[in-house]
Amino acid sequence: MEPKADMPSGPPGVPARKEKEPVTESFWRELLYSIKQNRSASLGGIGLLLFVAAAIFAPYISPHDPYLVNLNAQFHRPSPEYPLGTDMYGRDILSRIIHGSRISLVIGLVPTAISMAIGTILGLLAGFYGGRTDSAIMRSADIVMAFPSLLLAMVVMYTLGASLLNIFIALSLVGWAGIARVVRAQTLSLKEKEFIEAARAIGVKNRVVIARHLFPNCVPSLLVLFTLGIPGAILSEASLSFLGVGAQPPTPSWGLMVSTGKEFLSVAPWVAITPGIAILLVVLAFNFLGDGLRDALDPYMKH
Amino acid sequence: MPDDSMTAQKADSTGNQRPEGEVMLTVAGLKTYFSTRQGVIPAVDDISLEVRRGKILGLVGESGCGKSITALSILRLVPSPPGKIIAGRVVLDGKNLLELTEKEMGHIRGNEISMIFQEPMTSLNPVYTVGKQVMEALILHQKLSKAQAREKALAMFNLVGIPEPEKRIDVYPHQLSGGLRQRVMIAMALSCRPKLLIADEPTTALDVTVQAQILRLMKELQEELNSAIILITHDLGVVAEICDDVNVMYAGRIVEHADVYELFDRALHPYTAGLLKSLPKMYQENERLYNIVGMVPNLLQLPKGCRFHPRCESARAICREAEPALFETGGSHLVRCWKYKG
Amino acid sequence: MGRFVLNRLLGSVPILLGVILIIFVLLNVVPGDPVALMMAEHIDPDVVARVRAEMHLDDPLYVRFGRFVWDALHGDFGVSYKMNRPVATLLMDAFPNTLLLAVAAALFSWLVGIPAGILSVVKKNSFPDYFSMGFALLGVSMPVFWAGLLMQYIFAFQLGWLPVSGFNSPLCLIMPAVVLGWSSAGMIARLTRSSLLEVMGNDYIRTARAKGLTAVSVLVNHALKNSFLPVVTVMAIQVASLLSGAVITETIFSIPGIGRIAVNAIQARDMPLLQASVIFTTLLVIIGNLAADIMYSILDPRIKSK
Repeated sequence: MEPKADMPSGPPGVPARKEKEPVTESFWRELLYSIKQNRSASLGGIGLLLFVAAAIFAPYISPHDPYLVNLNAQFHRPSPEYPLGTDMYGRDILSRIIHGSRISLVIGLVPTAISMAIGTILGLLAGFYGGRTDSAIMRSADIVMAFPSLLLAMVVMYTLGASLLNIFIALSLVGWAGIARVVRAQTLSLKEKEFIEAARAIGVKNRVVIARHLFPNCVPSLLVLFTLGIPGAILSEASLSFLGVGAQPPTPSWGLMVSTGKEFLSVAPWVAITPGIAILLVVLAFNFLGDGLRDALDPYMKH
Repeated sequence: MPDDSMTAQKADSTGNQRPEGEVMLTVAGLKTYFSTRQGVIPAVDDISLEVRRGKILGLVGESGCGKSITALSILRLVPSPPGKIIAGRVVLDGKNLLELTEKEMGHIRGNEISMIFQEPMTSLNPVYTVGKQVMEALILHQKLSKAQAREKALAMFNLVGIPEPEKRIDVYPHQLSGGLRQRVMIAMALSCRPKLLIADEPTTALDVTVQAQILRLMKELQEELNSAIILITHDLGVVAEICDDVNVMYAGRIVEHADVYELFDRALHPYTAGLLKSLPKMYQENERLYNIVGMVPNLLQLPKGCRFHPRCESARAICREAEPALFETGGSHLVRCWKYKG
Repeated sequence: MGRFVLNRLLGSVPILLGVILIIFVLLNVVPGDPVALMMAEHIDPDVVARVRAEMHLDDPLYVRFGRFVWDALHGDFGVSYKMNRPVATLLMDAFPNTLLLAVAAALFSWLVGIPAGILSVVKKNSFPDYFSMGFALLGVSMPVFWAGLLMQYIFAFQLGWLPVSGFNSPLCLIMPAVVLGWSSAGMIARLTRSSLLEVMGNDYIRTARAKGLTAVSVLVNHALKNSFLPVVTVMAIQVASLLSGAVITETIFSIPGIGRIAVNAIQARDMPLLQASVIFTTLLVIIGNLAADIMYSILDPRIKSK
């Protein structure tokens, strides 16, 4: 039977782009290459490098002490001395934003990584073993996903108390369910593939099949989910802190800075607006990179 | 190739009543190229062919040889970008289709020329009933009312042998078998009594038994409606069964043209001969099937000289140097091979 | 069709129970004595004990859970610690406001998101495409609270066109609806675009073109309906994100809705009120998912026969 390769999906007479095989060493090299090729993805990547650099070198590049209260310098407009102005305590907003990038970076990475780990393990187990394991895990995921995530995080924060550390816990508890769903779906379709069946047929242990064969094939999707999950976590932290159930003063959390600035919106708009721009830029950068990754990894994800 | 446009212009346009055998569609020097990031792909490279009224023309070749793109070019449905018709004429009863406006082209498609596709599974819209999809063309081209179109669609369902048409007309595509879906496609294509039907691998996706039924049906309907068919296939068995004339395509070019008896009797091009040899034969047992060596060339890196020479058993020095033209070898038998030069 | 709806309806019951259980456990293991919170200091310990008994706070957790579900089924969610009014009444007073806001935001997101997505396909790789997608990307990347403040600053403080906050005229609804709907509009526009592009590559689109339909007619009659399938799924997610976002939007614009009740309840440590408002909101999300599923099955005939 003739495959319908010649039309209409691609031009004829040229080998079609094939479904890619699992992650190999050249995977990362190819990935880097296709990100460099994609203009918005590389823009996002550069933005993120700047963001990470700001977080790491915060004490060295901040012009002022982010916590230093100077009641003689309240509500300074942006000026050479204070490039983004000062807040109601005369603190330098730029320095606070630079230090705040540390919080956003950690909040973006850690809870996302934890919920990815939980979700991946549960998804692999559910997909591989099926049956009761599957129903138990997936019904729990259904329940978690039924919540509006911000509300669930708010309830967790209510119980644990408002602090930065508890945001880690709240976001980790909320985020795993979506990951588990994707990983389970991939595991289910992978399980039918010949190489998995072959491995099981020759008696490879379940644990090894999961770790060596199933997991590596989920890596491309996980990479995309991770990149797109980080801005979600950053926005969640900012929202919780804005609502007063997250980071507490005087922490330079961006969401908290917007929240405290909102009282002075009519007299000193820069206090609330500038930290929001920082959030927007970082989230945009992650979204650019994530979209680019998704395009680049598309052939790896169609199982 | 003889140019038919003059005679066609003089003739009146009473459509299918005109004498059988007269040339109705001429494709001349058609080139359809695709620009991709890797380079320009000459999918259809200087193709000329003629379709005669009331006859079935076979267009044969392997996957990717450009036969489907030729068909889509006739209807101007080549996906663009990346595809583009860069040269040639497609003349239907005196009109060069490549010069029509999109709006005028809309009156041609589905009305004067229709097309059926390889995949009956995916060629019907899953969210509409099959009846609605057949009626759509009737309402569009014949300006029928909904009720009239439904009547006509029912008649077409009967004609193409769909059992219980009154029931089937209101079902969704996924509720029908592949064979029935292809019958629906045929009903849809023939509902406006087109002068020309282009069938692109109409039976490839179907079971063998159903294939025979569909082919027989197409042949019957073609005789009944006196329309012409371009049948695109990779299967020489199908060609032998219903075609009158055959064009064999290879790597974007026509390599051999003959009527069907001549072709099966006296295949000249080594590629055609290879295709024929690789057909399983009913009475010869214990014989391994013949296999043309090598692969279809990548159109981005076409070999110098004859495009077939890397796979050709009788390639000579000249074959590697220059590409042969289509040489006449008596009658209307044409072949693109140095062995038959004048 | 009826059976499909019934099945989905029954399937939602355990989810709802699970939601209630999680919220109940999370909120009832919280340290701190609610009675002490309710009353002034220096209260007679006997009184405290009596109130605790009245509120059944000394019963085991599972008994309290059973009682809570039983009461909730009868529309009784307890009494607010701080406001001293039945929680159900407070929620019912607030619900129409949240609903109004969510509907306005959803309308905005559809009326802007879907045309933007279609436009970006029709004018692919040209200015309208880039503009629509930029608008969409901004929507999904902006913090809702920041967008709200920015709009307040521009349209209320600088231009004076719209009221800063409040909920007493239709004008008050414009900014909250736009702020809340923008990210949904962005999601819908992006999805409409990618889904439409994917559908346009299908064989049946070619069939429709071969029938003689114009490009526009094919887009409208054959591609749109199919491309809406994933968009409808997003609409379900959208219900959740609108209600989540409503928490923030209502806070910024001082709209007396359920989201603001929840935020205030957290700040006042008013457990019954928080509990009921979260459960109620989640119930709305579950209903939204159900509605999206049913709509999906109406749009795609293949689902029903499965």
